[in-house]
Amino acid sequence: MNNRLEPTIGLEIHAELRTNSKMFCGCTADHFGKIPNTQTCPVCLGLPGALPVPNKKAVEWTIMLGLALNCKVNRVSKFDRKHYFYPDLPKGYQISQYDEPLAINGWLEIQNPNSKIPEKIRITRVHLEEDTGKLQHTTLDGKRVTLVDFNRSGVALVEIVTEPDIHSGSQTKEFAQKLQNIIRYLGISDCDMEKGSMRLEANTSWGLDLGYKVEIKNLNSFRFVEKAVDYDLVRQKAMLDKGETPRQETRGWSEKEGKTVTQRYKETAADYRYFPEPDIPPMIFDKAFIERIGKSIPELPETMLNRFVKQYAIRKDYAEILTTEKNLANFTEKVFKLAYSNKIPLDKVAGYIVNSKIDYKKVEPKEIITLIQKKKAGKVENEEAIVKWIDAVLKLNPQAVADYKKGKLNAISVLIGNVMKISKGSANPMKVRQLIEKKLSD
Amino acid sequence: MKKTILSKDKIKHIAKLANLSLGEKELQKYTEQLSSVLNYVEILRQVRTRNVPPTYQVLDETKNIFREDEIKESFSQKDALAQSKATHNGYFLARNVFEERETSTKILKHKKRKVIDKYNAILSLVNSKGNVGHKDLFITKGIETTAGSRVLEGYIPQYNSSVVSDFIEAGFITKYKLNQDAWGHGASGENSDFGPTKNPWNIKKVAGGSSSGSAVVVATRKVDVATATDTCGSIRMPSAYNNVCGIKPTYGAVSRYGVIAFASSLDCPGLLSTSVGKLKKFFNLINKKDLFDATSQSKSRGRNLGKQKGIIGIPIEFLSDGIDSEIKKIFMQAVDTFKKANFKIKKVSLPHTKYGIAAYYIIAPTEAASNLARYDGVRYGNDRNYFGPEAKRRIMLGTFASSAGYTGRYYEKAARVRTLFIRDLEKAYKKVDAILAPVSPIPPFDIGEKSGDPLQLYLMDIYATPSSLSGTPSLSIPCGFTKNDLPVGMQIMGPRWSEEMLFDLGEKYQRLTDWHKRKPNLADE
Repeated sequence: MNNRLEPTIGLEIHAELRTNSKMFCGCTADHFGKIPNTQTCPVCLGLPGALPVPNKKAVEWTIMLGLALNCKVNRVSKFDRKHYFYPDLPKGYQISQYDEPLAINGWLEIQNPNSKIPEKIRITRVHLEEDTGKLQHTTLDGKRVTLVDFNRSGVALVEIVTEPDIHSGSQTKEFAQKLQNIIRYLGISDCDMEKGSMRLEANTSWGLDLGYKVEIKNLNSFRFVEKAVDYDLVRQKAMLDKGETPRQETRGWSEKEGKTVTQRYKETAADYRYFPEPDIPPMIFDKAFIERIGKSIPELPETMLNRFVKQYAIRKDYAEILTTEKNLANFTEKVFKLAYSNKIPLDKVAGYIVNSKIDYKKVEPKEIITLIQKKKAGKVENEEAIVKWIDAVLKLNPQAVADYKKGKLNAISVLIGNVMKISKGSANPMKVRQLIEKKLSD
Repeated sequence: MKKTILSKDKIKHIAKLANLSLGEKELQKYTEQLSSVLNYVEILRQVRTRNVPPTYQVLDETKNIFREDEIKESFSQKDALAQSKATHNGYFLARNVFEERETSTKILKHKKRKVIDKYNAILSLVNSKGNVGHKDLFITKGIETTAGSRVLEGYIPQYNSSVVSDFIEAGFITKYKLNQDAWGHGASGENSDFGPTKNPWNIKKVAGGSSSGSAVVVATRKVDVATATDTCGSIRMPSAYNNVCGIKPTYGAVSRYGVIAFASSLDCPGLLSTSVGKLKKFFNLINKKDLFDATSQSKSRGRNLGKQKGIIGIPIEFLSDGIDSEIKKIFMQAVDTFKKANFKIKKVSLPHTKYGIAAYYIIAPTEAASNLARYDGVRYGNDRNYFGPEAKRRIMLGTFASSAGYTGRYYEKAARVRTLFIRDLEKAYKKVDAILAPVSPIPPFDIGEKSGDPLQLYLMDIYATPSSLSGTPSLSIPCGFTKNDLPVGMQIMGPRWSEEMLFDLGEKYQRLTDWHKRKPNLADE
């Protein structure tokens, strides 16, 4: 019977919108690392008598995201109150959306490991809500207490919910990265996993009819997402094979132990008593309004990637890397145009940008052209020589090594750059990358 | 009729959802009282609502009210933390969430609050040279605001409500913060945690609620105008019981920002004064849209009502059962006055009147339970054990009515019946300009007389339900006295945004009568 079991994963992803002000009041939304409780007002502190007025930009951006994720935008939408008691929730309810979210029924494609055809992950809904305050649990004078900071309270938050269409940790990671990339292209959220402006919860099981699901959350990097989901699926499978049903619970990832652990969390009653938020009039959009938002959507990563491959005839893996960030993609495109007029092959340019330590934020596109033109043809391919340089660089850059191991994969560019420097530009950067990756994964 | 049986376990579960710690005795009491209310509410099942859409808000199709994405000034950390009982290094201090809370069964001992006046109408004397009194639901910056509840005793707000700001801008000075049924929960003025307000016409009688203090200080001419709120009769009832004039405006006419919320889709801030002429003048100060209250921005505001018909309606359902005969007689005399002033009088039917209380006592407690969820004692005020019995009762009732599996039967059902109320009135206003009705089925009664039975007190709100559930305005004015010299009031109801017309009708009546000029005996003040 267990042959029919299949990893089944649905995601709930929250992203904080980078609006200037909060969702329902004029307090600044930029809260990370600010002095506690300096960005609050009657509304986001939940003072008696205060009333919410929704932020127009947040509504428009959520609709934009819905459209970018191939959703249907609901012409009639509203806010609802979701009730639960927790000290970070000042009103005793969160203003969220229940049965009429802004957008529904979308999809996003990811790779299918067993087939060349990409797999469609269905998106159930995209809705808008408000973030909570932040809690810190600590001990004061021998008493266990909770410290509360409401700077984050009321920041606009979009929630993206998928159908349980995902089947592995790597797919989970791919979906999340792809979504992050789209949101960043739209420019509506920083989607920083480490800072918590993107948060992912994976509901995992080996089938919807097994009567349990394990929620994995508090994952602050994509690498942990993949590891945690894969680890827990194996753990669940082992239990199922023994005829046990895994406990329905919330688990987090312990990098130190390399496993998922039960999250200590306060059980709140699962009856949210949703009802329509009486303080906010309904939202009713006409077709023209939705179309106008649709037209304002910039070129999305997938489209740009395909265009790079087609228009500039570069390798797909290069195109993928060059479109992971909107600014990098725009920069690359400028370099391409210059390279074309200088008769430099574009695939070579792409390779150079991918493999060399180029911080595109600090370099002008035309400098890249000069660098490529100066570069000699001969490259050191000798592994032994390169490994020596690498060893030296790794020793000198423990921080970058640690960052990389923590999941900050782009820390590798620092290391590659330094190797290129020591080698005076003579090492083959592709080779350098391969060897560093190999070394750090040991 | 199927009996609703609430088990104690169910009540325990509801208390948990409502974040209330109830002792054994309280659990027992609420099990009985809630059962009795829920049994009463079962009459809603007689109403066919299959094809009737629910009404959750009354907003004249107002939609898409947003603010631009602009940063406004925030509180300083000091102001944010100022009202918290426990802070640490710029943080609020909360009970550790992982620690189980022990059920508190001990009865809180409260310090007795100093009684300021003979009628216990005044909670704070702010400035003896002032000229406006505010019901204590109105947030006043720097001035204690309690909502009549121990939960907020000592709370000094960090901001002003929009209505209070309007008065300040017009040059008014706040004289009093005024007693009221805690959180607006009550028709008699007896539910204040700081003791009942007494009636200046007969100190043994209730003053009517919930805006009890506001009506008393106007009746005793301590101020010309007092703010008040009406969720389902809370302006009209004390206005009638104290012989003063009150306007319960169109829902959305006056900003609710900074008015402590009772039931958000019903709450109407308004005013009490000594004559309709004055009321009209003061009303202009606060009758405006407010960017801080999304529900105050109706595009129908100030719309032209068109030509008047000169016809006033009398709702037949109000005058059949349950009305005191003396009240009915006095009311019919008022009707005659209009007749003499050349108005045509026409009977109208509001067939759903008898379901009003049931619908209201589902909708209001559901919203109240939600609105009262913020009082956790972390950022301001005291913890939830400080709620009085009526607030707890309504929190429990509302939590139950909106809990999983019950919304369809209660909250949604009541919202559908609400639609029928709106339709009843729309139909009536096609035939008549305004509807004249008594405010209360009975004259002021003895303090304590009905306090044992919450349902009996709930039934007092019956005549207030049509205009409250439909978000339409109602002007309450004096229309006579009982043999025992107790005031009787009537209300003139109109369609949404018809305040001007109601004031005109009220002024016409007050030119022909002088009931409103009578004052209680103030000799021993």
